[in-house]
Amino acid sequence: MAPLIEVRNLTKTYQLGEVTVRALQGVTLAIERGSFVAVMGPSGSGKSTFMNLLGCLDRPTSGRYLLDGVPVETLDRDQLAEIRNRKIGFIFQTFNLLPRMTAFENVELPLLYKSAETPNAAALAQRMLAAVGLAGRESSLPSQLSGGQQQRVAIARALINRPEILLADEPTGQLDTHTGAEIMEIFVRLHRDRGITVLLVTHSDEIAAYAERIIGFRDGRVVSDEPVGIAAGLLNGQREREAREGAR
Amino acid sequence: MRQLRSSITIALRSLALNKLRSALTMLGIVIGVASVIATVAVGSGATQRIQEQIASIGSNLIIILPGSTTSSGLRMGTGYAVTLSEADAKEIPAQCPAVALAGPVIRGGAQVVYGNNNWATVIYGVTPDFMALRDLSVARGEEFTQSDVDSANKVALLGKTVVENLFGAADPVGQTIRIKNVPFTVVGVLTPKGQSVMGQDQDDNILLPISTAKRKVIGFNPANADAVNVIMVQARSGAQIDAAQEEITALLRQRHHLQPGELDDFSIRNMQEIFAAQEASSRIMAMMLAAVASVSLVVGGIGIMNIMLISVRERTREIGLRQAVGAKTRDILTQFLVEAVTLSIAGGLVGILVGMVASVVISRLAGWTTVVGPGAVLLAVFFSALVGISFGYYPARKAAYLDPIEALRYE
Repeated sequence: MAPLIEVRNLTKTYQLGEVTVRALQGVTLAIERGSFVAVMGPSGSGKSTFMNLLGCLDRPTSGRYLLDGVPVETLDRDQLAEIRNRKIGFIFQTFNLLPRMTAFENVELPLLYKSAETPNAAALAQRMLAAVGLAGRESSLPSQLSGGQQQRVAIARALINRPEILLADEPTGQLDTHTGAEIMEIFVRLHRDRGITVLLVTHSDEIAAYAERIIGFRDGRVVSDEPVGIAAGLLNGQREREAREGAR
Repeated sequence: MRQLRSSITIALRSLALNKLRSALTMLGIVIGVASVIATVAVGSGATQRIQEQIASIGSNLIIILPGSTTSSGLRMGTGYAVTLSEADAKEIPAQCPAVALAGPVIRGGAQVVYGNNNWATVIYGVTPDFMALRDLSVARGEEFTQSDVDSANKVALLGKTVVENLFGAADPVGQTIRIKNVPFTVVGVLTPKGQSVMGQDQDDNILLPISTAKRKVIGFNPANADAVNVIMVQARSGAQIDAAQEEITALLRQRHHLQPGELDDFSIRNMQEIFAAQEASSRIMAMMLAAVASVSLVVGGIGIMNIMLISVRERTREIGLRQAVGAKTRDILTQFLVEAVTLSIAGGLVGILVGMVASVVISRLAGWTTVVGPGAVLLAVFFSALVGISFGYYPARKAAYLDPIEALRYE
């Protein structure tokens, strides 16, 4: 089976006034369906650009991006919007809830832009909120919710159209350690129970430790790509076995 | 549909959040629409008055005046000659199929006396058909008849102004008045017609049988005893006015023994042409006023564009987020257009109310007739929506084509 995400020789060049910024300089990698990937790297390393491209918010300057077999670089504005709506859920560091809308209305938002009407949309939005532990807070405004609660609303919003990919840009960056850990638990559960592919950008090694694979960026290139955690353990075990067998 | 519904909700909410700003923006449209409504109301009021005048003067009316005379090389104006006669008036309905009625009229002025009161007024010598020709009726008493004309009875019909000045509140019917010292019995009072378009009092007159008027009041014309001042003709319908004029011209030329090439010794006018010209000029005036008023609508539109641009800027992050969760170009465009149109239509509706109140005030204060028709209201709604769409389009388009990444990053 083809990987969910496959990029080949992806580049992105910006023109900032006189200066040409080469944000991505040829990235090639594949991400399997159902993986949990952390993207790390210093600021300016191109990781945000990479995530924007994966999120179909932007198009590459050159190279290929196959999302579920579809060459994204050939799609127009509205086709990209359609893909974002159906296949991708975004989680932002600053939550990005609409301040004048209730939690319920924020969660419901992606349904408004879906091409087909969703049956029982209201009930679905209720269920999504309940699933992130916010039953009863439907009519609260974002300003009446704590940071952790706001991020839960954002997660419910990201999940309502049953996307295959969750793209999280420093989702715990504005939360305290405890709340951050709670949010990460939600990601782990989603990944484990529903097989959602999770990609998250983070500066924190603790957060990255929740992932199965860490991709390191520097100067617009991938500089490291390693399995971690349980996956790394399995892999390491295999390597040790191979090493022992090799020694024999 | 649900997107439109949610766009409207979002629009109303964002307008409600900035109440003062929304109200001030709407004010431009309110003033524009209100002034258009008020000026159109004044204009169509004037037009309506003229149309009422045309109806009051008698429908399908044609007036024949004697031509000018030339004596010793001195050409007098129209109406001086004595070329029209009672016999002409009799022959016209008999010979011209397009004519329904015709009646001769002679005119003069006289002092009228009743008891201690006296009053100078206009005397018309007419036949009974005059009532139908001028669309007149009696309010009290009776009209005079053909036999009154045939036997030159001394009977009179009085206009309302004459009655007021001679009798005050008393009932004049059956009383005797003296015109040039000749006693006349008042047989009826005419139903008031009010002012003419030219501002003449149409009720300040007395109608006498033409025969009596000639013998006792106005006198015979020395040149031609049969002469009349005017012949009034009613065509069978508005469409037959032209046909009637041609038939009358042919008949009168024949009766007056005019050779081909000789000029007519009479002139024919129809009232519709005269009033149509007046109506057209009042309509042009109204349109110019409305055009001036609609300039303020455009200014209101610029206000909307300004506020929408500010709103798009303030809500850049919101737009970016909506794009990220799947809003297409059209979704964002619709949302902001709905907002602009909501502003302009709400302003338009308030403007219509203000305009209606203004036209009532105008008609009270200035005494003009004003008419706010459904057409003007629909037009105002249509134009305010148009202003909203055309001035909201640029900001909405700007919002719709924002780059999602930059919009999300916008602080």
